[in-house]
Amino acid sequence: MSTDPPAAEPSALSRRTFVATTVAVGGAVAAGDLVVGPSAFGAEPSTAAETGPSTRVSLVVNGRRLTVVVDNRTSLLDLLREHLGLTGSKKGCNAGACGACTVLVDGRRVNSCLTLAVRLEGAEVTTIEGLAKGERLHPLQQAFIDQDAFQCGFCTPGQIMSGVGCLKEGRTGSAEEIREWMSGNLCRCGCYVKIVRAVEQAARWK
Amino acid sequence: MYPFSYTRVSDLRTAVQAGSDGGRYIAGGTTLVDLMRETVERPGKLVDISALPLREVTATKGGGLRIGALMRMAEVAAHPTVRALYAVISQALELSASAQLRNMATIGGNIMQRTRCTYFRDVTASCNRREPGTGCAAREGFNRTHAILGTSEQCVATHPSDVAVAFAALEATVHLLGPAGERTVAFSDFLLRPDNTPQREQSIRQGELITAVEVPAQPRPLRSGYVKVRDRQSYEFALTSAAVALHVRGGVIQVAKVAAGGVGTVPWKLSAVEQRLIGQRPSEALWTQAAEVAADGAQPLAHNNFKVELLKRTVERQLRVVGGTR
Amino acid sequence: MSPQPQKAVGSPLSRVDGRLKVTGKAAYAVDHDIPGAVHAVVVDSSIALGRITGIDTSAAEACPGVLKVITHRNAPRLVYRDNPVSNNPRGRRLRVFQDDQVLFFGQPVAAVVATTLEAAQHAASLVEVSYEARQPTTDLAGRPGNPLLNYARGDAEAALASAEVRLDREFHLARNHHNPIEPHATIARWDGDKLTLWDKTQYVIGTQNEAAAVFGIPVENVRVISPFVGGAFGTGLRTWPHVAIAALAAREVGRPVKLALSRRQMYFTVGYRPRYEYKLRLGADRQGRVTAMAHEPTYETSNHETFWEATLFLGQMLYNVPNVSQTLRTVSLDVNTPLWMRGPGFSSTSFCIEVAMDELAHELGIDPVELRLRNEPTRDLSTGQPFSTRRLRECFRVGAREFGWDRRNPKPRSTRDGDWLIGTGVATGCYDTNRARAEAHARLDANGTAVVQSAASDAGPGTYTSMTQVAADALGLAVREVEFRLGDTLMPPAPPQGASQLMASVGSAVQDTCDKLRQQAISLAVGDRRSPLHGVNPDDVVVIGGRLQVKDQPARGETYRQLLARNNLTHLEANGLYNPEAESPYSMYAYSAVFAEVGVDVNLGLVRVRRMLSVYDAGRIISPKLADSQAVGGMVGGIGMALLEHTVTDHRDGRIVNANLADYLVPVNADIRDLRAIYLDGDDRKADPIGVKGLGELVKVGVAPAIANAVFHATGRRVHELPITAEALL
Repeated sequence: MSTDPPAAEPSALSRRTFVATTVAVGGAVAAGDLVVGPSAFGAEPSTAAETGPSTRVSLVVNGRRLTVVVDNRTSLLDLLREHLGLTGSKKGCNAGACGACTVLVDGRRVNSCLTLAVRLEGAEVTTIEGLAKGERLHPLQQAFIDQDAFQCGFCTPGQIMSGVGCLKEGRTGSAEEIREWMSGNLCRCGCYVKIVRAVEQAARWK
Repeated sequence: MYPFSYTRVSDLRTAVQAGSDGGRYIAGGTTLVDLMRETVERPGKLVDISALPLREVTATKGGGLRIGALMRMAEVAAHPTVRALYAVISQALELSASAQLRNMATIGGNIMQRTRCTYFRDVTASCNRREPGTGCAAREGFNRTHAILGTSEQCVATHPSDVAVAFAALEATVHLLGPAGERTVAFSDFLLRPDNTPQREQSIRQGELITAVEVPAQPRPLRSGYVKVRDRQSYEFALTSAAVALHVRGGVIQVAKVAAGGVGTVPWKLSAVEQRLIGQRPSEALWTQAAEVAADGAQPLAHNNFKVELLKRTVERQLRVVGGTR
Repeated sequence: MSPQPQKAVGSPLSRVDGRLKVTGKAAYAVDHDIPGAVHAVVVDSSIALGRITGIDTSAAEACPGVLKVITHRNAPRLVYRDNPVSNNPRGRRLRVFQDDQVLFFGQPVAAVVATTLEAAQHAASLVEVSYEARQPTTDLAGRPGNPLLNYARGDAEAALASAEVRLDREFHLARNHHNPIEPHATIARWDGDKLTLWDKTQYVIGTQNEAAAVFGIPVENVRVISPFVGGAFGTGLRTWPHVAIAALAAREVGRPVKLALSRRQMYFTVGYRPRYEYKLRLGADRQGRVTAMAHEPTYETSNHETFWEATLFLGQMLYNVPNVSQTLRTVSLDVNTPLWMRGPGFSSTSFCIEVAMDELAHELGIDPVELRLRNEPTRDLSTGQPFSTRRLRECFRVGAREFGWDRRNPKPRSTRDGDWLIGTGVATGCYDTNRARAEAHARLDANGTAVVQSAASDAGPGTYTSMTQVAADALGLAVREVEFRLGDTLMPPAPPQGASQLMASVGSAVQDTCDKLRQQAISLAVGDRRSPLHGVNPDDVVVIGGRLQVKDQPARGETYRQLLARNNLTHLEANGLYNPEAESPYSMYAYSAVFAEVGVDVNLGLVRVRRMLSVYDAGRIISPKLADSQAVGGMVGGIGMALLEHTVTDHRDGRIVNANLADYLVPVNADIRDLRAIYLDGDDRKADPIGVKGLGELVKVGVAPAIANAVFHATGRRVHELPITAEALL
């Protein structure tokens, strides 16, 4: 038995650090822009654009303006996960039936698996990674911890983004209303009663 | 998903041109993208119409309603005019899908959505609707959720929309714009029963797009509502559903608009039920008696026989909820 | 050794990994960013039985970005040696791309590897496979089955014949799929002849051994990493074929390969709770004492493997029944092999037994709670052993009080609320307490913090948190000063996170490890002339807040930091072990009393659960906040089993008809209202050194029958089939 814990493997975190750095520095592109296209970032030249008809799209993700060249078939979910290193949004069904991929587009909660990235010209996207203000968690993130509103944690980013949408929509008048308006997010661990409490907690905080 | 080209259009003329040139319109995309991923749909060219100016709800003369085709389901459901005039539309929308999907999907797309029959969605199964002439796997297969009304030898799949049931009840019209100009189609003629051509689902021509759905004016006060029966409480398509609108004056039902969902290959207008209501005084007995004919002509399959009784009870329930008397 | 005060254990801590999970930073299998990774997509068989006569891969290979299409025609031969360190059942497991045979619908017949996910998915849809199909047999109904196990005590037939009251019932339980929200997924990378897998698994060592067995390489050449698992409920206890496919594809293209199953594929190549037909005959006297039970359960398995789950235990030990006979049969079908799903065996069996008990209670006019108390045994009649602990009576007493059971009108269909008929029901839950050998390692650093690790998993119950709590108390540190790591085969071995054994096993190993480490520090101090503890009997020293001190003289002591600094030590470390005796002298089970209130729409036949309460005898509760979540989650799972979940097979061709989450229904938020869990304050040291009895399975057992019994009470309709849907109640 070695004394040291096993060496950490490169994680999504390191990739995200890289993205943040690139954006902050500005790189070779115009102020704050990040071009994601053939070999623009990541270790490999394999990107969205080389295997099918593609389109250049400019959008804002978590407050950062990006210009990306995407395969027309690429979903917003796959753009986030496979090309931007934002793996917080999850693929549970890829068919709009589980809600694990929920993000905000122009302030509205949507299923990113059914959203073609090519259609997002000018859109503002917020994912779970963009919710906290630095180290300060969004009140709903904190409420999820406080209420133990998750177990495995896989549906959690989608639940939280959906909950943020639910709060914005003002559908938090009663537990019953929250239950109905949070029903687009499956939780197989069965944390629903606590998810409702977490949304209630965040609604009170507002 | 098959590769496709993509264009975005911002005016109606360009849109119709692109559609006439073989483009496939995409609005909310919640059905189309899903089916493209399953390779049920394989458009070579997508025309993104979401920027078209079809996003208004307007009250028409006399208390009707015109809903722009690109209004999102959530927007229509929450719209004060819709809520004030036609609760049944609001309710049908809010009982559909999930909050996320309702933020994406549009009214035009909703009535264009394709069946949820799992054999239709599974490209390795036979399906006349998807591939004419291959047979209907559902007819002798697992058909608990399938239609009991309007079926044919070719197809027994239900139309999945909720709001379309409200539109059918209210005798809405669909406004279309195409290369030959504008036209309107009665809702009852817009969605097609499968008959011998299950692949033809709507009476819409190449290049045409839906610009609006118009709900005709009704005498006021109009009480209306939608009930949806399903195994789980939310986020599921209907086993059965019913849209009901009633205008009662002098204690007598003057206008009755009733349709059912989850049971037909198209939203099922229940004219026979309406006939039993009109001119009558609301009562428990009337609801029961009217609902008794709701499933007339039903042809149940091996696993959906229960829908015959469930449909009657669903209609009865919603007549009571909307019509009161208890 | 002086016992450590227990501060962390038993306190309602929030999850230590909570922040990672709410910020999207917890890395599940395919969240790992492996440079150079390409994508693999599996092509599924569209027949259930037969052979592949041709595969045309030309269109797929012509797609831009496609690197390789792998089929049985070009795949290298794989070793597939026997693997005892796995949960593979008896039989011959599926060997990917090794021949032209198709054994079940959705079996992998090809894999496409491409540089982008879009290209791989599209190319997979272009692979043309032709088959010579045969008629598959996929329907359990009416098939005699092969006897798998028998049990008898007393003379059940004679006792039934002479019983004052007899029931003869047949139950039908649908196939259920685990359906964790995270689909199975694997990233495979070869570095020479060494393989690294980032995998969704409840058993990293099992995956490691299986990968080594498939490729015929030494076990130590395989490393499996799985820090977070997005739910599993049993499906991650076995290494399924896609893991071999990912590794094979990575070897073939010489690059790391990422492979995630689609949701549809989650109904094809991974396991499920098997469909059951269960004949149960029960005899009793007029006082409600059950004199005989004859059980004939039958479940489905595959033609290539014989699945086993614990179907007979409950019938043997739950009640004080002198005469019992059991015959378990399996029916071999052209299907994939089942796998244990939450409360395996027990969940299915308890539905049958507990509904029958409710019927007996109704028939005799005895309260269902009272009936169970009248059949409470004083020892385990299957072994003659005493129970380590059994507080089922107390569960019922507390539960009845808290639920308001005494207000119940026993007459069915007697309570109505508008359109809703209201009913309440009760059932017993029970699951056996399992333990297995486990090891751990702990290191205490000079800064006074500790890292503890074991190759365990955390699919949601909260292993990170509960182990941290055990370790913190044993080391006398604050929770924030301890980090627990898991999910890596480089760590000391741990058993699977299944059968509710992880807490007892790894928890005991962690405690042993941390006890040793603390003792080491204490020994160092008492032997150190410069230490204030010099010369003190080590048994009189405790560690509190990182400070070693004399138990009755707290002022005398020093901190770990001072001790290590003075001795110029960077760290102390220890290995520990839990190795349970092969045969316990005790019968060890956890118990529950489950109460449910349902509403059934009087016209529409819809069932909605209005509230549930369960009271558990589960030994010591390490992490109450998380245990509560687990219990409530088990109820939700049970509600799904009772009312919604049903994998449908089209027996004409063996196709799974509802292989998606819109048609395979699991509960949504709106289905769940008032759920409450109560754990009896307990501690079962006969079960294991930390006194726990396991939760994960127990919390699902008994839920479905409690609901079914409540449906009967609401409506007067007795349903013997799961799920209970509107058509049974119209």
